[in-house]
Amino acid sequence: MSKKMTEIERNLLREIADLHKIPEGAYNIRKDGELDGRNSTANIEIVNKEDVPGIDIIIKPGTKNESVHIPVIITKTGHSEVVYNDFYIGDDADVLIVAGCGIHNSGCDTSQHDGIHTFHVGKNARVKYFEKHYGDGDGTGERIMNPKTVIHMEENSYIELDMAQIRGVDSTNRETVVDAAAGAEVVFMERLLTHDKQKAYSDMVINLNGEGAKTRVISRSVAQDDSEQIFRPIVNGNAPCFGHVQCDSIIMGHGKVSSVPAISANHVDAQLIHEAAIGRIAGDQLLKLMTLGLSAEEAEEKILTGFLK
Amino acid sequence: MLSIKNLNYTVNTEKGQLDILKDINLDIDSGKFIVITGPNGGGKTTLAKAIMGLVEATSGSIVYEGEELVGKSVTERARLGVSYGFQQPPRFKGMQVIDMLSIAAGKKLKNADCCEYLTKVGLCAEEYVNREIDTSLSGGEVKRIEIASILARNASLMIFDEPEAGIDLWSFAKLTETFENIHRNSDSTIIIISHQERIIRLADELILVSGGSVTKRGSVADVFPDIMDDTKIGCTLMEADK
Repeated sequence: MSKKMTEIERNLLREIADLHKIPEGAYNIRKDGELDGRNSTANIEIVNKEDVPGIDIIIKPGTKNESVHIPVIITKTGHSEVVYNDFYIGDDADVLIVAGCGIHNSGCDTSQHDGIHTFHVGKNARVKYFEKHYGDGDGTGERIMNPKTVIHMEENSYIELDMAQIRGVDSTNRETVVDAAAGAEVVFMERLLTHDKQKAYSDMVINLNGEGAKTRVISRSVAQDDSEQIFRPIVNGNAPCFGHVQCDSIIMGHGKVSSVPAISANHVDAQLIHEAAIGRIAGDQLLKLMTLGLSAEEAEEKILTGFLK
Repeated sequence: MLSIKNLNYTVNTEKGQLDILKDINLDIDSGKFIVITGPNGGGKTTLAKAIMGLVEATSGSIVYEGEELVGKSVTERARLGVSYGFQQPPRFKGMQVIDMLSIAAGKKLKNADCCEYLTKVGLCAEEYVNREIDTSLSGGEVKRIEIASILARNASLMIFDEPEAGIDLWSFAKLTETFENIHRNSDSTIIIISHQERIIRLADELILVSGGSVTKRGSVADVFPDIMDDTKIGCTLMEADK
């Protein structure tokens, strides 16, 4: 985080990565398409890609209890970029990765970030990955973020993804593809809130290819005002495996949500479950919180905060 | 003092108007422990909901500590000191028990505070503080968390609608002890709708609501034998107490 950063930029970093100062460990901060700060460590190396914009994050085998922060912020109206970040997580590593993108658009041109993240998770490695998208600014220009996440999981690896978009993003096309080998486990939590006329589309394909592969997908979303969301999580069981997909959505105002979870068993011992529920905030939930002294608006806020937590 | 005057609640049905509450008149002194009992469909829950504002009375008056409640919202009544434990409390996906109890208490509670409330309702507290109030909890667990939220609220008027429903025998024993302690150690007025003799026996006064009206009122010693002698109502109570 350079000393030249403005308060707007610092605020974006706080929102997307909870960063109040230069993070400990490895980091790479990208600002308006340029490098703003970077640090590699003995075990985590960050290098520029040669052919396309983006970075490679190389985590040595056996690295434990270390973290990488790679936030992206955009404050120039009209700035548009496609960034490729590849993560190579060595065998037996156990790391935390914090990504995220914040766009402040106070102009009239569209600002856009398309982030393509590819993970190569080594044998027995464990990864916790947080990614938060956030937008603000009073301009008429749109704030667009299109993340694509591709994950290749080797035997007995584990990845937990917590991906959230809470307010301020006008349009997003989210795409996630996971290939899980034997014993690999992916836990995926996606939280989305859209408002005004925002649109969010999320496509996800999880291929459970090896014996004992597991996944748990939890999608929670809130569509307010005239916003629109479509979810299409697909789990393919190609081996003796276990998969559970749960999509819950709250609609408010004239919001629209379409939830289309799909499970496909291509092996006799694949156990796959999906659940999907869409509805407004239940009246008895509001009343319960009002009996505890909250106004209807406060009660609604508490319910949404809990739902998206 | 809770003072209910000429309270009526009427609903429109396909067969015409149906009077759920008929000219209810009740004065309840502050600090009293009151049990309202009576047959199913007699109007007990509707009366309790009318006090909380969950149903709006068709006519009449409900004055609590000098303030007219009729016309006030649920929130306003809650802020005046009225609380209500639901017979069938809702679940909240994503909301943890500590969040709910903190909302009830009006401040961010520490784990230790939550544990105290949860222990009072017979829950092994540490296991529950960070649990979500969702379908992973049984009906009995949700019910006990509901009661804990009323304890955390610590309102001057606590209304519980059939707190015993769905609760196992061991937790029920703990619960009756808790009601007894609240009554002994606080100035709160407690109104419990119940069919359980063990709860009825705790009351300063017993009120029988039947057919939408208050049909009997008095000390447990005076009223309870009469109720049990009444074949229809007595059978309901004995069945509930099994």
